[in-house]
Amino acid sequence: MNTDKIIELASREVAALKAFLGPDAPAQGALLPLLQAIQHEFGYIVPDTIATVADELNISQAEVRGVVSFYHDFRLERASRHTLKLCRAEACQSLGSEKLAAHLTSRHQLEPGHGKPDEGLSVENVYCLGNCGLGPAALFDETLIGRLDEQRLDAIVAGARK
Amino acid sequence: MSAVRIFVPCDAAAVSVGADEVAASITAEAKRRGLAVEIIRNGSRGMLWLEPLVEVATAKGPVAYGPVRAADISTLFDANFLGGDSHPLSLGLTEEISFLKNQQRLTFTRIGVTDPLSLDDYRAHGGFAGLDKARTLKPVEIVEDIVASGLRGRGGAGFPAGIKWRTVASAQGSQKFIVCNADEGDSGTFADRMVMEGDPFMLIEGMAIAGLAVGATRGFIYIRSEYPHAIRSMQRAIAIARRARVLDDSFDLDVRIGAGAYICGEETSLLESIEGKRGQVRAKPPLPAHRGLFGKPTVINNVLTLAAAPWIIANGGKAYAEYGMGRSRGTMPLQLAGNVKYPGLYETAFGMSLRELIFDIGGGTASGRPVRAVQVGGPLGAYFPESLLDTKLDYEAMLAAGGMLGHGGIVVFDDSVDMMKQARFAMHFCAIESCGKCTPCRIGSTRGVETLDKIAADIEREKNVALVRDLCTVMTDGSLCALGGLTPLPVLSALDHFPEDFAPRLRAAAE
Repeated sequence: MNTDKIIELASREVAALKAFLGPDAPAQGALLPLLQAIQHEFGYIVPDTIATVADELNISQAEVRGVVSFYHDFRLERASRHTLKLCRAEACQSLGSEKLAAHLTSRHQLEPGHGKPDEGLSVENVYCLGNCGLGPAALFDETLIGRLDEQRLDAIVAGARK
Repeated sequence: MSAVRIFVPCDAAAVSVGADEVAASITAEAKRRGLAVEIIRNGSRGMLWLEPLVEVATAKGPVAYGPVRAADISTLFDANFLGGDSHPLSLGLTEEISFLKNQQRLTFTRIGVTDPLSLDDYRAHGGFAGLDKARTLKPVEIVEDIVASGLRGRGGAGFPAGIKWRTVASAQGSQKFIVCNADEGDSGTFADRMVMEGDPFMLIEGMAIAGLAVGATRGFIYIRSEYPHAIRSMQRAIAIARRARVLDDSFDLDVRIGAGAYICGEETSLLESIEGKRGQVRAKPPLPAHRGLFGKPTVINNVLTLAAAPWIIANGGKAYAEYGMGRSRGTMPLQLAGNVKYPGLYETAFGMSLRELIFDIGGGTASGRPVRAVQVGGPLGAYFPESLLDTKLDYEAMLAAGGMLGHGGIVVFDDSVDMMKQARFAMHFCAIESCGKCTPCRIGSTRGVETLDKIAADIEREKNVALVRDLCTVMTDGSLCALGGLTPLPVLSALDHFPEDFAPRLRAAAE
């Protein structure tokens, strides 16, 4: 059903790669940008597009699936309307991120890393957002948040679930 | 009257605490009062506790106010901050703030001072002096100047950059590549991000110099997806550089975006990732310098390494080597993070002690409690106890103390930290991020978590502590790359320096 769109995206990414590196560049080099484009377009890697991706780049479906499953960013299921990525790495730990994770679980029944797509918000773990001086940090959709606290979390959850 | 120039950082850290709202509020308030202002979105000065730091250009130099909230704007106007006048948030002349004044900024000299995406600003502040000079030199002269500078890989491994460049320069290949490793995944580090957001042309210039030095015509910057601001900044800067013919067919760059895998900060995994594969570590040899990206000779360096090249070429390798100590030459942009009162970016010559950095510059903990542990060098770096804080920040001195400098990130913990939990986290992180190639890393990390959980539950404690140590030996000796090979550093340093946290004292105290 999405075949035409996938072919269009694949041609675009392969053409961009070859324009940059020359006609001999292996098409597989376009795989990550292509998967990112697909996820941007559909919100996730729609499983029935994998065969088309493999065909277009002249690689096996196993190679595509292997790449999709390797990288944490790629999803094979629909995402929630909003995503909160809570930093769980050391610098944010030193500033209380674990308490925030516990708060999300106990107060809002949102256990980081166990989001359900039918909810307005899914909470994921992330390991470092490069905001280590102003932690705890989180990324709410595309917005980076510093000095996150329980109050702000409550407001984000309430807003996202509306 | 010409518009007053006001600087509000566009750096992600500043934005994370409200810089965009502050900029919008200044614009709105100026309009309401009929005053002419020009807002420049600069990089961050690196004094993160003062963000959003607003600066006003005056005849004496920029005057700083911070941390500014959108709600402070009307009182700032009332106090005539446009004239640099006093206000409760006044910090005086920016250049006189001691945190900034005492640094030795070579790489970060323009960051926070210029408009990151203005080529005119870049040129006016010494930009392209290195590239212009490199164009008058023979490739071998560029390489030898980098060798003479003593510059070592700032990503963490500390390999001499000039030797790497020399190897690629002498390698045969129809195509060669310059790859910038901007997969800055270590907790406590943000210097690469600040460079890409605050002075992207410097990185472009550094990569172009590397291209001239080794005969490469194409380069990739691999940026982690967790850095959306840096990605946008680099993409815009590349487009501007292309329009200005700074980048053209003789040397051109493209941005590649990571997909959330920490391991792709390891150089061979990163190359696999650009090639469209799982980010699995390659065995070396062959070195990337001989067979790197798509099998071609490749220079792969960290952002800070490449960003140091313009200064070195412009001022000479010898001038750079005058900074530093021992075999660590030049300056290191240190990143002070975690539970510290004055977090930020502090660039200085190698050789400062951890104690000076954390207490004299960082002001101790933000919580006001005693410092108990300091992790240096990211999630694969050792935890230092108070007694080792006199260790100097230099590659060899850190190694001698059982740690590593890594990418220069320093994370401070107060006395509420539980070091057994930190050891467990190190193993847990390794289990999440292992690429799976080496068994000790892939399986050992999970066994490490389980065994530490047994210690926590006081099950055969001594036997299990011995088992964790044994496991660490196997991981160290049996892993191809630093993930499996160095995860034992935080684990063993926690065991060695904080044994009391692995004793059954917590439950005893609770009962």
